[in-house]
Amino acid sequence: MTATEGTILTSADLAGNGVHGNDPDVHGKFGRFGGRYVPEALIPALDEVAAEYEKAKTDLDFLREFDHLLRTYAGRPTTLTEVPRFAEHAGGARIVLKREDLTHTGAHKINNVLGQALLTKRLGKRRVIAETGAGQHGVATATAAALMGLECVIYMGAVDCERQALNVARMKLLGATVVPVTNGSQTLKDAINEAFRDWVTNVDHTHYLFGTVAGPHPFPEIVRDFARIIGVEARRQMLELTGKLPDAVCAAVGGGSNAIGVFHAFIEDEGVRLYGYEAGGRGLESGEHALTLTEGSVGVLHGARTYVLQDEEGQTIESHSISAGLDYPGVGPEHAWLKDTGRATYEGVTDEEAMQAFALLARTEGIIPAIESSHALAGALRLGRELGPDAVILVNLSGRGDKDMGTAMKYFNL
Amino acid sequence: MTTLHAVFDKARAEDRAALVGYLPAGFPTKDGAVAAATAMVEAGCDVIEIGLPYSDPLMDGPTIQDAVHRSLINGTRIADVLRTVEGVAKSGAATLVMTYWNPIDRYGAERFARDLASAGGVGTITPDLTPEESEPWLAASKEAGIDTVFLVAPSSPDERIARVAACCTGFVYAASLMGVTGARETVGAAAEGLVKRTKANTPLPVCVGLGVGNGAQAAEVAAYADGVIVGSAFIRRLLDAPDEKSGLAAVRELASELARGVRR
Repeated sequence: MTATEGTILTSADLAGNGVHGNDPDVHGKFGRFGGRYVPEALIPALDEVAAEYEKAKTDLDFLREFDHLLRTYAGRPTTLTEVPRFAEHAGGARIVLKREDLTHTGAHKINNVLGQALLTKRLGKRRVIAETGAGQHGVATATAAALMGLECVIYMGAVDCERQALNVARMKLLGATVVPVTNGSQTLKDAINEAFRDWVTNVDHTHYLFGTVAGPHPFPEIVRDFARIIGVEARRQMLELTGKLPDAVCAAVGGGSNAIGVFHAFIEDEGVRLYGYEAGGRGLESGEHALTLTEGSVGVLHGARTYVLQDEEGQTIESHSISAGLDYPGVGPEHAWLKDTGRATYEGVTDEEAMQAFALLARTEGIIPAIESSHALAGALRLGRELGPDAVILVNLSGRGDKDMGTAMKYFNL
Repeated sequence: MTTLHAVFDKARAEDRAALVGYLPAGFPTKDGAVAAATAMVEAGCDVIEIGLPYSDPLMDGPTIQDAVHRSLINGTRIADVLRTVEGVAKSGAATLVMTYWNPIDRYGAERFARDLASAGGVGTITPDLTPEESEPWLAASKEAGIDTVFLVAPSSPDERIARVAACCTGFVYAASLMGVTGARETVGAAAEGLVKRTKANTPLPVCVGLGVGNGAQAAEVAAYADGVIVGSAFIRRLLDAPDEKSGLAAVRELASELARGVRR
């Protein structure tokens, strides 16, 4: 029996469960990363969100309501699936997937949006805005907004609207307004800029339901806390399944929410290695990638100090990935901190490697993963060969691949 | 080189508000920006803010975004920004750089402050640098002898205004409304109250920006503020002009109208 079935819940068992290790300091800093670099007009709103969240995160009623939604609406706990046929290609290491693809809406994003939608109601606001890249966070936000009767506006790069037309239609069906963003690179980073512009204009009645562990304080902490249920469950389930903790945890990193979500419960477990896989795109040499942590430099983007893909004068360099969800030239500050402290290791996985892993999981296990998650799968294949057949590797399968079939049809000539 | 201090002293002596004009470097062209800013000074701007074009201008509205995007496509670099400052400072206006923080962070705070001072710049406006993160920039600016200007907004509580104002040396930039840059039909109703609250917290001059675009609005703001800041309206004139010559004539005309406004 797991702790979520019938036992009396304490705050430590609940998702987003209040105070835990590795919280940022009073200025929202993880070491030298994070903080707030935003127009002064937004400071009171960020303070308001931070103050309300401080109350909410130790409020058992709030945590119970969140937990209830996760179980009865999002479909938690998600199961683990061991994938032996897939693992044959990883030097025989055991590979176990955390099935976030089985949640309602098909990706881990639902965890964060349900938490923040509840927070929006606590804040007394009636409208939510969000940015989206692949459309997963937009769909999740539109879903939570529909569920809770909130007005919803989604900003999405015009290029992304085209590559993810199905998700645009889903958001519209869910009652959201989708605004294509046509400035800059017309992708996720520009959608974030536009959402901030909306927020500063409408902040009195609007919550910016930020979709990843980036951005100004307190977003990196809030989004992490609402996503960390992934690792909390997986840690317990791994102990049940294998009798021990995994040797390594693998996750894809764009902004970093699914990776932090699965890493966080393992940070204190020294024997568990943490691996984040960024989008190597067409390869480092091509210049077309999203290798923010592995090849970027420290700077400020979207309100936080973190690693950024930037030129020598601080202009953001446009990223590339076959996966819209990883196509982002920044990354959450806590990842920057985990990299610098050496607690987590970050590597690149190319479009090609990710697509091979995508197809391999489908053929060997009957699971079509999101292309984002396929980066973690490709990383696990590589890592398995390094660690050898005794290794047990947990992979966060952050989302399902239905949304990626257009890309797959083109890529594989299906 | 004209200092901000001298500008506000002079305006006060003439019983008027100062007129501050904004243009991004490299827009409409590298030389065109110097020519346009010089025309603005000749027609009555006391202070010029030269925008440092940045890829992610998250507090700017469509007009400035458009101009900045064109400037970046033109290949504008920080060296060009500094050359623009040098060219504009020759016109006799106090010349500032307005920039998001990351370009300075990357260039090096001390190096940027020093190079800006060498180019004849008198300070910076940093719209996304919060007091919490300002220490390196305040130190570098002090060392180089340039002014620092930060923003307050209608949403800022009094204690926050005091904290921001404590980081400012030249003047305090009061955002007239909650929103992004861009001319609007009316100046935010919150502006006057914000100026009052700011003045209660600092002896520094307080200038109002965001949404001011014509002489009548300039006059309205000049009645309670020490300076009136206009950006998007100048850019709009340049964007709409069929050629460079008529663009210059249009910004000159707008600057004259605004200069009459701040003297009403």
